[in-house]
Amino acid sequence: MPQTLLQLTNITKSFGAVRALKGVSFSLEAGEVHALLGENGAGKSTLVKTITGAHQADGGALEICGEVVSNLTPAGARELGIACVYQQPALFPDLSVAENISLRLEKPGVFSRVKWKSQRERAAELLKRIGAEVSPEAEVRSLSMPEQQLVEIACALGSGARIVIMDEPTASLTQKEQHLLFKVVRDLRENGVGVVYISHRLEEIFALADRVTVLRDGESVGTNAVDDLTEAQMIKLMVGREVSAIYPPAQSEAGEVVLSVKGLGCVASGVSGVDLELRAGEIVGLAGMVGAGRTELARVLFGITPADEGRIFLNGKELTILNPREAIAQGIAYVPEDRRLHGVVLEMPISENITMASHSGLFPVGVLKFKAETEVAKIFIRNLGVKASGPDAAGGSLSGGNQQKVSVARWLATEPKLLILDEPTQGVDVGAKSEIHRIIRELAKEGLAVLMISSDLAEVVGMSDRVAVMSGGSIAGILEKEAIDAHDIMELALSGGEVER
Amino acid sequence: MPALVLALGVALVIITRQIDISIGSQFSMCAVVVGVVAAAGAPLWVALAAAMGAGVVMGALNGVLVAVLKLPSIVVTLATLVIWQEVIRLWQKGRLMSLPEGVQWFGMSQAGGQAAVIGTAISLLVVMAWAMKNLSAGRYVYAAGSDAEAARLAGIRPTLVTFGVFVLMGLLAAFAAVLNLVQSPQVQPNGGVGLELKAIAAAVVGGVAISGGRGRLWGVLLGLLLLASVNPALTHFHQPPYWEKAIQGLVILLAVAADRARAGSVSRKA
Repeated sequence: MPQTLLQLTNITKSFGAVRALKGVSFSLEAGEVHALLGENGAGKSTLVKTITGAHQADGGALEICGEVVSNLTPAGARELGIACVYQQPALFPDLSVAENISLRLEKPGVFSRVKWKSQRERAAELLKRIGAEVSPEAEVRSLSMPEQQLVEIACALGSGARIVIMDEPTASLTQKEQHLLFKVVRDLRENGVGVVYISHRLEEIFALADRVTVLRDGESVGTNAVDDLTEAQMIKLMVGREVSAIYPPAQSEAGEVVLSVKGLGCVASGVSGVDLELRAGEIVGLAGMVGAGRTELARVLFGITPADEGRIFLNGKELTILNPREAIAQGIAYVPEDRRLHGVVLEMPISENITMASHSGLFPVGVLKFKAETEVAKIFIRNLGVKASGPDAAGGSLSGGNQQKVSVARWLATEPKLLILDEPTQGVDVGAKSEIHRIIRELAKEGLAVLMISSDLAEVVGMSDRVAVMSGGSIAGILEKEAIDAHDIMELALSGGEVER
Repeated sequence: MPALVLALGVALVIITRQIDISIGSQFSMCAVVVGVVAAAGAPLWVALAAAMGAGVVMGALNGVLVAVLKLPSIVVTLATLVIWQEVIRLWQKGRLMSLPEGVQWFGMSQAGGQAAVIGTAISLLVVMAWAMKNLSAGRYVYAAGSDAEAARLAGIRPTLVTFGVFVLMGLLAAFAAVLNLVQSPQVQPNGGVGLELKAIAAAVVGGVAISGGRGRLWGVLLGLLLLASVNPALTHFHQPPYWEKAIQGLVILLAVAADRARAGSVSRKA
């Protein structure tokens, strides 16, 4: 009878009004690899964080090795033998590998001496155990991302953890390193360690995992032995839900080709060989898993990270776009993902936020016309239904959905031909969400070409006239109107193209 | 009044979320340039143009280092503060230079000249305050200071804005030096020492947020008047006037703390 290392029962967790986990149960036995699968935002990260003590669950029970644990802290989790290898290594770049490993494994007093020799030897031993060719003396800064990840794994190994959580460990690994990692995982299993393995790549789950739990919308939709499921069944479990009818109906006719890109790529941002066409009046959804290169593609189109290969045609005219200024001048608008960070300027009134990108059009001489500015702001406030005390209200005083509308208004004020929306409804409440959907539809109807990046599958299916699915930095497939289907999108998003990096 | 001109410039620098502590040295350097060029027998307008040119060059150097190379402005301008100071010292060896006739009070009577100096400085304030409010360029300064990345995405060039503000700062330092020169018959090679403290204090007391993006130029005048009242107040209470600088420093700390408290409450709300 294998020992149960971890038992979560009915875990709930909310952030504000968002219910991230709605009663998830999960268990991990000694010597098993238990995969955790789900769409973006299904609650995988939240679940992991409740296990590592980074989040406290609102309800439910957490048992570690048969003992009920409450108020778990990250330090407490570590002491109980839980180690986590995050996607983004959290190492100190200026310290050596050996120093990083010691810092993770020891808790010395302020004045205790550093034992350089034993520190180095232990690091060398751990790295050897996982077969990593990394010098213990190397500065972490000089290591590649996968090498840093191997150091993280060495830390987890060295801590003698009984429960090891791996959050998309292969995302940045080469094939050789992947094999190394698989070997490490299997070794851990042999030694009776329980591994929680999160990955978007189904083939890895088939290769490694014993059981798989699928999360959807903060709920567990089932735990199965991996051998009992086919790939298709797994995908079905992930997307399962019905697309609700709340999306406004498509009503626009696709017109002339507005944007056409051929072989577009940018080495620095990992985008390559993108072929895509957008027509006036058309909403094209850009789907894919996080890290598939959707935002990166948008940033290339908008000139934030300019393309270094391929060609861009706008209304049949070939362009080079080297910075956002040129993109705006050509009629491209980009509403960025994180409106808090790069969208609405919180100190500025709504009116100034709205006109921010269209000074050259509104005030050609460079002298501001406040009356005109207020008029423009009022029109957008009315048309987009921004709820605010008036055009003079500060951007920071608005709710998330209304900030998003102001952000959209800024770009509409530039009178673009192509509108790129990056996660337009992320973190927006349900009411504002359907309003934003209605706005997007109307814009398309007025002849705008819309490229909508979204991790919300239902939104992609409900809103798009066509869907382009990205994977590994290029387009994995394009689904036409009648053929748009959540299952197919997910299959394309999870498909290959990623291993060759 | 020269302090007002410097304070206006440094207010812009602070609004772009930078700082320039080299303005005292820039001021001294421009004054020395006027003295040297005038002593060489060049006409007065050449001397003034040379001073403006020197200001622009010094400002552009700061601007390239801060805006283009993205070095921290506090370190860059600390370095240029010392460099220009030492260049002046080695070059002039502390000499006082006499200015030609006709410079003092613009060749007018003292009362008329004084009025002209004040009038010029106030006109500058009016023009700059109008520009900050009514020109796209002014709006861009606020936008770049509030959120450089958002500004860049909106097609504004924050690098250019920052560079331009530093160049303007150099030009204003030269302008301030000239306004100062007309008040005395001689050029003091260390005339600008400590002026940065006064100017920065005036700006932050006048409500320019040290965290960037906020502040009105009219407030700078109020800040300056408030600081100028410190000295008379000390005299009134029979305290030694040496406290003035210490009080200026304290006032900067208070203003920054008040700004921090305000910024903190804003971000908590957001």
